[in-house]
Amino acid sequence: MRLTCPLCGTRDRREFYYSGSDDYLNRPSEGAPVEAWDDMLHLRVNPAGVTKDLWYHETGCGSWLLVTRNTVTHAVLATELVAARKGGAA
Amino acid sequence: MRYSGWKVITEGLLGNKGWGKAWRDPAPKAEYDAIVIGGGGHGLATAYYLAKNHGLTNIAVLEKGYLGSGNIGRNTTIVRANYFLPGNSEFYSHSLKLWEKLETELNYNVMHSQRGHIILFHSDGQRDAAVRRGNAIVNQGDDAELLSVPQLKEMLPYLDYTQTRFPIYGGLIQRRAGTARHDAVAWGYARAADQLGVDLIQNCEVTGIDTVDGKVTGVQTTRGPIRAKKVGMVVAGRSSQVAAMAGMRLPIESHVLQAFVTEGLKPVIDHVVSYGMGHFYISQSDKGGLVFGGDIDMYSSYASRGNLPMVEHVMEAGMTLMPMLARARVLRSWGGIMDMTPDGSPIIDKTHIDGLFVDAGWNYGGFKAAPASGWCMAHLMATGTSHDVAARFRLDRFRTGHVMDEEGTGSQHNLH
Repeated sequence: MRLTCPLCGTRDRREFYYSGSDDYLNRPSEGAPVEAWDDMLHLRVNPAGVTKDLWYHETGCGSWLLVTRNTVTHAVLATELVAARKGGAA
Repeated sequence: MRYSGWKVITEGLLGNKGWGKAWRDPAPKAEYDAIVIGGGGHGLATAYYLAKNHGLTNIAVLEKGYLGSGNIGRNTTIVRANYFLPGNSEFYSHSLKLWEKLETELNYNVMHSQRGHIILFHSDGQRDAAVRRGNAIVNQGDDAELLSVPQLKEMLPYLDYTQTRFPIYGGLIQRRAGTARHDAVAWGYARAADQLGVDLIQNCEVTGIDTVDGKVTGVQTTRGPIRAKKVGMVVAGRSSQVAAMAGMRLPIESHVLQAFVTEGLKPVIDHVVSYGMGHFYISQSDKGGLVFGGDIDMYSSYASRGNLPMVEHVMEAGMTLMPMLARARVLRSWGGIMDMTPDGSPIIDKTHIDGLFVDAGWNYGGFKAAPASGWCMAHLMATGTSHDVAARFRLDRFRTGHVMDEEGTGSQHNLH
Protein backbone atom coordinates (compact mmCIF):
# COMPACT_ATOMS: atom_id res chain seq x y z
CA MET A 1 0.00 0.00 0.00
CA ARG A 2 1.16 3.53 -0.79
CA LEU A 3 -0.19 6.84 0.41
CA THR A 4 -0.01 10.10 -1.49
CA CYS A 5 1.19 12.84 0.82
CA PRO A 6 0.00 16.24 -0.49
CA LEU A 7 3.46 17.64 0.26
CA CYS A 8 5.80 14.75 -0.58
CA GLY A 9 3.96 12.78 -3.24
CA THR A 10 3.29 9.04 -3.38
CA ARG A 11 5.28 7.27 -0.69
CA ASP A 12 5.73 3.80 0.78
CA ARG A 13 3.33 2.79 3.56
CA ARG A 14 6.34 2.29 5.86
CA GLU A 15 6.94 6.04 6.01
CA PHE A 16 3.61 6.51 7.79
CA TYR A 17 2.36 5.83 11.29
CA TYR A 18 -1.30 4.83 11.60
CA SER A 19 -3.07 6.65 14.40
CA GLY A 20 -6.67 5.51 14.01
CA SER A 21 -10.11 6.59 12.93
CA ASP A 22 -10.93 10.23 12.16
CA ASP A 23 -13.13 10.14 15.26
CA TYR A 24 -10.09 11.70 16.93
CA LEU A 25 -10.83 14.93 15.04
CA ASN A 26 -14.20 15.28 16.77
CA ARG A 27 -12.86 16.33 20.11
CA PRO A 28 -15.57 16.97 22.74
CA SER A 29 -15.77 20.38 24.28
CA GLU A 30 -14.30 21.03 27.67
CA GLY A 31 -16.66 19.78 30.36
CA ALA A 32 -18.37 17.32 28.03
CA PRO A 33 -19.70 14.18 29.76
CA VAL A 34 -17.47 11.12 30.02
CA GLU A 35 -19.62 9.34 27.39
CA ALA A 36 -18.54 11.88 24.78
CA TRP A 37 -14.87 11.20 25.53
CA ASP A 38 -15.49 7.45 25.46
CA ASP A 39 -17.11 7.95 22.04
CA MET A 40 -14.12 9.79 20.65
CA LEU A 41 -11.41 7.62 22.17
CA HIS A 42 -12.82 4.08 22.07
CA LEU A 43 -16.14 3.43 20.31
CA ARG A 44 -15.83 2.85 16.58
CA VAL A 45 -18.05 2.26 13.55
CA ASN A 46 -15.17 0.13 12.24
CA PRO A 47 -16.60 -0.10 8.71
CA ALA A 48 -15.92 -2.90 6.25
CA GLY A 49 -15.63 -0.55 3.28
CA VAL A 50 -14.81 3.12 3.00
CA THR A 51 -13.27 4.63 6.11
CA LYS A 52 -11.41 7.80 7.06
CA ASP A 53 -8.41 7.65 9.30
CA LEU A 54 -5.37 9.59 10.44
CA TRP A 55 -1.80 8.86 9.36
CA TYR A 56 1.36 10.65 10.43
CA HIS A 57 4.09 11.09 7.82
CA GLU A 58 6.70 10.03 10.31
CA THR A 59 9.78 9.67 8.11
CA GLY A 60 8.68 12.35 5.64
CA CYS A 61 7.40 15.88 6.21
CA GLY A 62 5.84 15.19 9.62
CA SER A 63 2.33 16.12 8.48
CA TRP A 64 -0.86 14.57 9.76
CA LEU A 65 -2.95 13.22 6.89
CA LEU A 66 -6.64 12.43 6.68
CA VAL A 67 -6.84 9.37 4.43
CA THR A 68 -10.01 8.06 2.79
CA ARG A 69 -9.56 4.41 1.93
CA ASN A 70 -11.35 1.10 1.56
CA THR A 71 -10.66 -1.41 4.35
CA VAL A 72 -11.75 -4.37 2.19
CA THR A 73 -9.70 -3.64 -0.94
CA HIS A 74 -6.92 -1.48 0.58
CA ALA A 75 -7.61 1.08 -2.19
CA VAL A 76 -6.64 4.62 -1.15
CA LEU A 77 -9.29 7.05 -2.39
CA ALA A 78 -8.06 10.42 -1.16
CA THR A 79 -5.54 12.06 1.14
CA GLU A 80 -5.56 15.57 2.54
CA LEU A 81 -3.62 17.51 5.13
CA VAL A 82 -5.41 17.68 8.45
CA ALA A 83 -3.97 21.15 8.92
CA ALA A 84 -5.58 22.32 5.64
CA ARG A 85 -9.09 21.35 6.75
CA LYS A 86 -11.54 23.96 7.98
CA GLY A 87 -10.83 24.21 11.69
CA GLY A 88 -7.44 22.52 11.26
CA ALA A 89 -6.58 19.72 13.61
CA ALA A 90 -9.43 20.77 15.96
CA MET B 1 -21.86 -42.50 17.77
CA ARG B 2 -18.88 -42.74 20.09
CA TYR B 3 -15.44 -42.65 18.51
CA SER B 4 -12.96 -45.18 19.90
CA GLY B 5 -9.99 -47.32 18.95
CA TRP B 6 -12.34 -50.29 18.75
CA LYS B 7 -14.56 -48.35 16.33
CA VAL B 8 -11.57 -47.57 14.09
CA ILE B 9 -10.71 -51.30 13.93
CA THR B 10 -14.25 -52.51 13.22
CA GLU B 11 -14.89 -49.80 10.64
CA GLY B 12 -11.57 -50.64 9.00
CA LEU B 13 -12.65 -54.28 8.70
CA LEU B 14 -16.12 -53.37 7.44
CA GLY B 15 -15.08 -50.89 4.74
CA ASN B 16 -15.64 -47.66 6.71
CA LYS B 17 -19.32 -47.60 5.79
CA GLY B 18 -20.71 -47.01 9.27
CA TRP B 19 -19.24 -43.67 10.27
CA GLY B 20 -22.22 -41.51 9.34
CA LYS B 21 -22.17 -37.72 9.38
CA ALA B 22 -20.47 -35.90 12.23
CA TRP B 23 -23.48 -33.58 12.69
CA ARG B 24 -26.96 -33.00 11.29
CA ASP B 25 -27.86 -30.26 8.79
CA PRO B 26 -31.18 -29.02 10.20
CA ALA B 27 -33.44 -26.33 8.76
CA PRO B 28 -33.93 -23.41 11.15
CA LYS B 29 -36.95 -23.59 13.44
CA ALA B 30 -39.21 -20.56 13.92
CA GLU B 31 -38.10 -20.10 17.53
CA TYR B 32 -35.33 -21.15 19.90
CA ASP B 33 -34.63 -20.53 23.56
CA ALA B 34 -31.29 -19.00 22.60
CA ILE B 35 -29.35 -18.19 19.46
CA VAL B 36 -25.59 -17.97 19.08
CA ILE B 37 -24.51 -15.91 16.07
CA GLY B 38 -21.25 -17.28 14.70
CA GLY B 39 -20.18 -20.88 14.10
CA GLY B 40 -16.51 -20.48 14.92
CA GLY B 41 -14.57 -21.89 17.84
CA HIS B 42 -16.03 -19.53 20.44
CA GLY B 43 -19.61 -19.75 19.11
CA LEU B 44 -19.60 -23.54 18.93
CA ALA B 45 -18.04 -23.78 22.39
CA THR B 46 -20.71 -21.40 23.73
CA ALA B 47 -23.46 -23.59 22.27
CA TYR B 48 -21.87 -26.76 23.62
CA TYR B 49 -21.56 -25.41 27.18
CA LEU B 50 -25.08 -23.90 27.06
CA ALA B 51 -26.35 -27.43 26.40
CA LYS B 52 -23.89 -29.32 28.61
CA ASN B 53 -23.57 -27.07 31.65
CA HIS B 54 -26.94 -25.33 31.64
CA GLY B 55 -29.31 -27.83 30.01
CA LEU B 56 -30.34 -25.41 27.26
CA THR B 57 -30.74 -27.71 24.25
CA ASN B 58 -33.39 -25.87 22.24
CA ILE B 59 -30.74 -23.55 20.81
CA ALA B 60 -29.17 -22.80 17.45
CA VAL B 61 -25.82 -21.64 16.10
CA LEU B 62 -26.21 -19.45 13.00
CA GLU B 63 -23.19 -19.39 10.67
CA LYS B 64 -23.06 -17.32 7.50
CA GLY B 65 -20.52 -19.62 5.83
CA TYR B 66 -19.55 -23.11 6.93
CA LEU B 67 -18.64 -24.16 10.47
CA GLY B 68 -15.12 -23.15 11.42
CA SER B 69 -14.65 -21.02 8.30
CA GLY B 70 -13.19 -18.04 10.13
CA ASN B 71 -10.20 -17.56 12.39
CA ILE B 72 -10.61 -20.96 14.12
CA GLY B 73 -9.61 -22.53 10.80
CA ARG B 74 -6.71 -20.13 10.20
CA ASN B 75 -4.47 -19.46 13.14
CA THR B 76 -1.17 -20.47 14.65
CA THR B 77 -2.84 -22.85 17.14
CA ILE B 78 -1.01 -21.84 20.32
CA VAL B 79 -2.47 -22.85 23.68
CA ARG B 80 -0.97 -21.21 26.78
CA ALA B 81 -1.89 -19.63 30.11
CA ASN B 82 1.04 -17.31 30.74
CA TYR B 83 -0.84 -14.09 31.46
CA PHE B 84 -0.04 -11.69 34.22
CA LEU B 85 -2.95 -9.33 34.95
CA PRO B 86 -5.67 -10.29 37.42
CA GLY B 87 -8.69 -10.97 35.24
CA ASN B 88 -6.67 -12.43 32.40
CA SER B 89 -4.63 -14.74 34.60
CA GLU B 90 -7.52 -16.76 36.05
CA PHE B 91 -9.42 -16.79 32.75
CA TYR B 92 -6.60 -18.33 30.72
CA SER B 93 -5.76 -20.66 33.59
CA HIS B 94 -9.35 -21.91 33.44
CA SER B 95 -9.07 -22.28 29.68
CA LEU B 96 -5.87 -24.36 29.88
CA LYS B 97 -7.53 -26.70 32.37
CA LEU B 98 -10.44 -27.15 29.95
CA TRP B 99 -7.96 -27.85 27.12
CA GLU B 100 -6.34 -30.61 29.15
CA LYS B 101 -9.64 -32.48 29.36
CA LEU B 102 -11.07 -31.42 26.00
CA GLU B 103 -10.48 -34.61 24.02
CA THR B 104 -12.15 -36.80 26.65
CA GLU B 105 -14.92 -34.24 27.11
CA LEU B 106 -15.73 -33.99 23.39
CA ASN B 107 -14.76 -37.57 22.42
CA TYR B 108 -12.73 -35.98 19.65
CA ASN B 109 -9.02 -35.90 18.88
CA VAL B 110 -8.04 -32.22 18.82
CA MET B 111 -4.34 -33.22 18.75
CA HIS B 112 -3.62 -31.16 21.86
CA SER B 113 0.14 -31.26 22.31
CA GLN B 114 1.70 -29.85 25.50
CA ARG B 115 5.11 -29.34 23.99
CA GLY B 116 6.00 -26.24 25.98
CA HIS B 117 6.00 -22.55 25.10
CA ILE B 118 9.17 -20.50 25.57
CA ILE B 119 9.31 -16.69 25.74
CA LEU B 120 12.84 -15.43 25.12
CA PHE B 121 14.24 -12.36 26.86
CA HIS B 122 17.10 -10.14 25.82
CA SER B 123 18.10 -7.78 28.64
CA ASP B 124 18.34 -7.58 32.43
CA GLY B 125 15.10 -5.61 32.53
CA GLN B 126 13.30 -8.22 30.47
CA ARG B 127 14.67 -10.96 32.73
CA ASP B 128 13.21 -9.17 35.76
CA ALA B 129 9.88 -8.88 33.98
CA ALA B 130 10.00 -12.58 33.06
CA VAL B 131 10.69 -13.55 36.69
CA ARG B 132 7.78 -11.41 37.83
CA ARG B 133 5.48 -12.89 35.18
CA GLY B 134 6.65 -16.40 36.04
CA ASN B 135 5.88 -15.86 39.72
CA ALA B 136 2.42 -14.54 38.85
CA ILE B 137 1.76 -17.63 36.71
CA VAL B 138 2.92 -19.94 39.51
CA ASN B 139 0.70 -18.03 41.96
CA GLN B 140 -2.29 -18.51 39.68
CA GLY B 141 -1.63 -22.26 39.96
CA ASP B 142 -0.01 -22.91 36.61
CA ASP B 143 3.56 -23.71 35.70
CA ALA B 144 6.40 -21.42 34.70
CA GLU B 145 10.13 -21.99 34.83
CA LEU B 146 13.08 -19.73 34.09
CA LEU B 147 15.62 -21.14 31.63
CA SER B 148 19.29 -20.13 31.63
CA VAL B 149 21.25 -19.77 28.40
CA PRO B 150 22.99 -23.18 28.87
CA GLN B 151 19.57 -24.79 29.37
CA LEU B 152 18.25 -23.00 26.30
CA LYS B 153 21.23 -24.12 24.22
CA GLU B 154 20.42 -27.68 25.18
CA MET B 155 16.74 -27.34 24.22
CA LEU B 156 16.96 -24.93 21.28
CA PRO B 157 20.41 -25.46 19.75
CA TYR B 158 19.36 -23.82 16.49
CA LEU B 159 18.96 -20.26 17.87
CA ASP B 160 21.61 -17.68 17.03
CA TYR B 161 23.22 -17.06 20.43
CA THR B 162 25.89 -14.79 18.96
CA GLN B 163 23.76 -11.95 17.64
CA THR B 164 24.47 -8.68 19.40
CA ARG B 165 21.37 -6.60 18.60
CA PHE B 166 19.06 -8.69 20.81
CA PRO B 167 21.35 -11.12 22.65
CA ILE B 168 19.53 -14.05 24.24
CA TYR B 169 19.64 -13.75 28.05
CA GLY B 170 17.33 -16.69 28.78
CA GLY B 171 13.74 -17.81 28.50
CA LEU B 172 10.54 -18.43 30.43
CA ILE B 173 8.93 -21.77 29.68
CA GLN B 174 5.45 -22.99 30.39
CA ARG B 175 5.64 -26.74 29.89
CA ARG B 176 1.87 -27.29 29.92
CA ALA B 177 1.47 -24.87 27.01
CA GLY B 178 1.63 -26.06 23.42
CA THR B 179 -0.50 -26.41 20.32
CA ALA B 180 -3.66 -28.12 19.06
CA ARG B 181 -5.24 -28.92 15.72
CA HIS B 182 -7.32 -25.80 15.04
CA ASP B 183 -10.06 -27.22 12.75
CA ALA B 184 -10.54 -30.19 15.04
CA VAL B 185 -11.47 -27.86 17.90
CA ALA B 186 -14.36 -26.44 15.84
CA TRP B 187 -15.37 -29.89 14.60
CA GLY B 188 -15.16 -31.43 18.06
CA TYR B 189 -17.35 -28.76 19.66
CA ALA B 190 -19.77 -28.89 16.70
CA ARG B 191 -20.20 -32.65 16.88
CA ALA B 192 -20.57 -32.67 20.65
CA ALA B 193 -23.09 -29.79 20.59
CA ASP B 194 -25.06 -31.47 17.81
CA GLN B 195 -25.26 -34.68 19.84
CA LEU B 196 -26.79 -32.70 22.71
CA GLY B 197 -29.50 -31.44 20.33
CA VAL B 198 -28.09 -28.06 19.28
CA ASP B 199 -29.09 -27.03 15.74
CA LEU B 200 -26.02 -25.98 13.74
CA ILE B 201 -27.34 -23.93 10.85
CA GLN B 202 -24.86 -23.09 8.10
CA ASN B 203 -25.15 -20.69 5.16
CA CYS B 204 -27.43 -18.62 7.35
CA GLU B 205 -26.30 -15.00 7.60
CA VAL B 206 -27.85 -12.78 10.23
CA THR B 207 -29.07 -9.57 8.57
CA GLY B 208 -30.88 -7.92 11.45
CA ILE B 209 -31.44 -8.08 15.20
CA ASP B 210 -35.05 -7.55 16.31
CA THR B 211 -35.77 -5.68 19.50
CA VAL B 212 -38.97 -4.49 21.17
CA ASP B 213 -38.91 -2.06 24.10
CA GLY B 214 -35.20 -2.62 24.71
CA LYS B 215 -35.50 -6.42 24.66
CA VAL B 216 -34.23 -8.74 21.99
CA THR B 217 -36.94 -10.80 20.28
CA GLY B 218 -35.04 -12.57 17.53
CA VAL B 219 -32.99 -12.17 14.39
CA GLN B 220 -33.55 -11.73 10.66
CA THR B 221 -31.50 -14.10 8.52
CA THR B 222 -30.99 -15.04 4.89
CA ARG B 223 -33.03 -18.16 5.76
CA GLY B 224 -35.92 -16.24 7.30
CA PRO B 225 -36.69 -14.70 10.70
CA ILE B 226 -35.94 -16.71 13.85
CA ARG B 227 -37.34 -15.77 17.25
CA ALA B 228 -35.34 -16.00 20.48
CA LYS B 229 -35.30 -14.18 23.80
CA LYS B 230 -31.54 -14.60 24.14
CA VAL B 231 -29.03 -13.85 21.42
CA GLY B 232 -25.24 -14.04 21.70
CA MET B 233 -22.99 -12.28 19.20
CA VAL B 234 -19.79 -14.32 18.84
CA VAL B 235 -18.42 -13.19 15.49
CA ALA B 236 -14.79 -12.11 16.05
CA GLY B 237 -13.58 -9.77 13.28
CA ARG B 238 -17.13 -8.99 12.15
CA SER B 239 -18.33 -7.95 15.62
CA SER B 240 -18.75 -4.30 14.65
CA GLN B 241 -21.08 -5.15 11.73
CA VAL B 242 -23.31 -7.45 13.78
CA ALA B 243 -23.42 -5.06 16.75
CA ALA B 244 -24.37 -2.24 14.36
CA MET B 245 -27.57 -4.19 13.61
CA ALA B 246 -28.50 -3.53 17.23
CA GLY B 247 -27.50 0.13 16.95
CA MET B 248 -24.27 -0.34 18.88
CA ARG B 249 -20.73 0.89 18.36
CA LEU B 250 -18.16 -1.38 20.00
CA PRO B 251 -14.70 -0.46 21.31
CA ILE B 252 -13.24 -2.55 18.49
CA GLU B 253 -11.18 -1.91 15.39
CA SER B 254 -10.58 -4.80 12.98
CA HIS B 255 -6.98 -5.35 11.90
CA VAL B 256 -5.27 -7.94 9.73
CA LEU B 257 -2.79 -10.39 11.24
CA GLN B 258 -0.63 -12.44 8.90
CA ALA B 259 0.79 -15.90 9.42
CA PHE B 260 2.95 -18.17 7.33
CA VAL B 261 3.66 -21.84 6.87
CA THR B 262 6.57 -23.54 5.14
CA GLU B 263 6.67 -26.79 3.23
CA GLY B 264 6.81 -29.89 5.42
CA LEU B 265 10.19 -30.52 7.04
CA LYS B 266 11.57 -33.20 9.35
CA PRO B 267 11.03 -32.50 13.06
CA VAL B 268 13.30 -29.65 14.07
CA ILE B 269 11.36 -27.25 16.34
CA ASP B 270 10.01 -29.14 19.34
CA HIS B 271 8.35 -26.25 21.19
CA VAL B 272 6.55 -22.99 20.59
CA VAL B 273 9.14 -20.20 20.65
CA SER B 274 8.27 -16.50 21.06
CA TYR B 275 10.76 -13.80 20.18
CA GLY B 276 9.16 -10.64 21.46
CA MET B 277 11.87 -8.23 20.39
CA GLY B 278 11.46 -9.27 16.77
CA HIS B 279 7.67 -9.71 16.91
CA PHE B 280 8.13 -13.31 15.84
CA TYR B 281 6.91 -16.68 17.05
CA ILE B 282 7.15 -20.15 15.59
CA SER B 283 6.18 -23.78 16.04
CA GLN B 284 6.16 -26.86 13.84
CA SER B 285 2.93 -28.57 12.89
CA ASP B 286 2.47 -32.31 13.07
CA LYS B 287 2.61 -32.34 9.26
CA GLY B 288 6.08 -30.78 9.46
CA GLY B 289 5.34 -27.25 8.28
CA LEU B 290 6.92 -24.43 10.25
CA VAL B 291 4.05 -22.21 11.37
CA PHE B 292 5.09 -18.68 12.23
CA GLY B 293 3.87 -15.13 12.43
CA GLY B 294 4.49 -11.68 13.74
CA ASP B 295 2.60 -8.57 14.67
CA ILE B 296 -0.57 -7.17 13.10
CA ASP B 297 -0.16 -4.92 10.05
CA MET B 298 -1.11 -2.00 12.34
CA TYR B 299 -3.96 -0.37 10.45
CA SER B 300 -7.64 -1.23 10.24
CA SER B 301 -8.42 -3.74 7.51
CA TYR B 302 -10.96 -6.35 6.45
CA ALA B 303 -8.93 -7.47 3.45
CA SER B 304 -8.05 -10.94 4.80
CA ARG B 305 -4.59 -10.39 3.40
CA GLY B 306 -1.70 -8.29 4.59
CA ASN B 307 0.91 -6.09 3.05
CA LEU B 308 4.45 -6.94 2.03
CA PRO B 309 6.32 -4.76 4.58
CA MET B 310 5.06 -6.99 7.40
CA VAL B 311 5.96 -10.12 5.42
CA GLU B 312 9.50 -8.81 5.09
CA HIS B 313 9.64 -7.82 8.76
CA VAL B 314 8.53 -11.27 9.95
CA MET B 315 11.04 -13.03 7.69
CA GLU B 316 13.84 -10.74 8.88
CA ALA B 317 12.97 -11.34 12.52
CA GLY B 318 12.89 -15.09 11.95
CA MET B 319 16.26 -14.98 10.26
CA THR B 320 17.92 -13.03 13.07
CA LEU B 321 16.72 -15.63 15.58
CA MET B 322 17.02 -18.84 13.55
CA PRO B 323 19.41 -18.52 10.60
CA MET B 324 18.52 -22.08 9.57
CA LEU B 325 15.17 -20.77 8.35
CA ALA B 326 16.89 -19.38 5.26
CA ARG B 327 16.70 -22.79 3.63
CA ALA B 328 12.98 -23.32 4.28
CA ARG B 329 10.51 -22.37 1.57
CA VAL B 330 7.28 -20.63 2.49
CA LEU B 331 4.31 -22.57 1.19
CA ARG B 332 1.53 -20.10 1.92
CA SER B 333 0.54 -17.11 3.98
CA TRP B 334 -2.77 -15.71 5.02
CA GLY B 335 -4.29 -12.80 6.89
CA GLY B 336 -7.02 -13.09 9.50
CA ILE B 337 -9.34 -10.30 10.64
CA MET B 338 -8.68 -9.55 14.30
CA ASP B 339 -11.19 -7.79 16.52
CA MET B 340 -8.79 -5.49 18.36
CA THR B 341 -9.85 -3.68 21.54
CA PRO B 342 -8.01 -0.57 22.78
CA ASP B 343 -6.37 -2.45 25.68
CA GLY B 344 -5.84 -5.80 23.96
CA SER B 345 -8.19 -7.76 26.25
CA PRO B 346 -11.54 -9.32 25.32
CA ILE B 347 -15.18 -8.57 26.11
CA ILE B 348 -17.75 -11.05 27.45
CA ASP B 349 -20.69 -9.02 28.66
CA LYS B 350 -24.34 -8.01 28.45
CA THR B 351 -25.32 -5.11 26.25
CA HIS B 352 -27.78 -2.27 26.84
CA ILE B 353 -30.40 -4.46 25.11
CA ASP B 354 -32.01 -7.05 27.39
CA GLY B 355 -31.16 -10.58 26.22
CA LEU B 356 -28.42 -9.50 23.82
CA PHE B 357 -24.89 -10.58 24.77
CA VAL B 358 -21.49 -9.98 23.22
CA ASP B 359 -18.35 -12.11 23.17
CA ALA B 360 -15.71 -10.27 21.14
CA GLY B 361 -12.39 -8.45 21.14
CA TRP B 362 -10.15 -11.51 21.14
CA ASN B 363 -7.42 -9.60 19.36
CA TYR B 364 -4.73 -12.01 18.13
CA GLY B 365 -5.18 -14.49 21.00
CA GLY B 366 -8.59 -16.08 20.55
CA PHE B 367 -7.62 -19.68 19.84
CA LYS B 368 -6.37 -20.66 23.29
CA ALA B 369 -9.33 -18.85 24.82
CA ALA B 370 -12.05 -20.72 22.93
CA PRO B 371 -12.95 -23.27 25.65
CA ALA B 372 -13.13 -20.74 28.51
CA SER B 373 -14.78 -18.13 26.30
CA GLY B 374 -17.53 -20.61 25.44
CA TRP B 375 -17.79 -21.67 29.07
CA CYS B 376 -18.13 -18.09 30.36
CA MET B 377 -20.38 -16.84 27.54
CA ALA B 378 -22.70 -19.81 28.14
CA HIS B 379 -22.72 -18.97 31.86
CA LEU B 380 -23.57 -15.35 31.10
CA MET B 381 -26.33 -16.18 28.61
CA ALA B 382 -27.88 -18.85 30.86
CA THR B 383 -27.70 -17.09 34.22
CA GLY B 384 -27.53 -13.41 33.28
CA THR B 385 -24.44 -12.92 35.45
CA SER B 386 -20.76 -12.94 34.55
CA HIS B 387 -18.69 -16.00 35.36
CA ASP B 388 -16.08 -15.25 38.05
CA VAL B 389 -13.09 -15.75 35.75
CA ALA B 390 -14.53 -13.43 33.07
CA ALA B 391 -15.94 -10.76 35.37
CA ARG B 392 -13.44 -8.11 34.26
CA PHE B 393 -14.09 -8.52 30.52
CA ARG B 394 -16.59 -5.69 30.64
CA LEU B 395 -17.94 -3.80 27.68
CA ASP B 396 -17.91 -0.46 29.52
CA ARG B 397 -14.41 -0.72 31.02
CA PHE B 398 -12.94 1.93 28.71
CA ARG B 399 -15.49 4.47 29.90
CA THR B 400 -15.04 3.57 33.57
CA GLY B 401 -11.24 3.30 33.40
CA HIS B 402 -11.02 -0.40 34.39
CA VAL B 403 -8.85 -1.23 31.40
CA MET B 404 -6.86 -4.47 31.19
CA ASP B 405 -3.68 -3.55 29.38
CA GLU B 406 -1.69 -6.80 29.61
CA GLU B 407 0.97 -5.49 27.26
CA GLY B 408 1.37 -2.21 29.13
CA THR B 409 1.36 -0.10 25.98
CA GLY B 410 -1.71 2.03 26.68
CA SER B 411 -5.41 1.92 25.99
CA GLN B 412 -5.57 3.14 22.40
CA HIS B 413 -6.74 1.42 19.23
CA ASN B 414 -3.49 1.53 17.29
CA LEU B 415 -1.21 0.26 20.04
CA HIS B 416 -1.95 -3.46 20.36
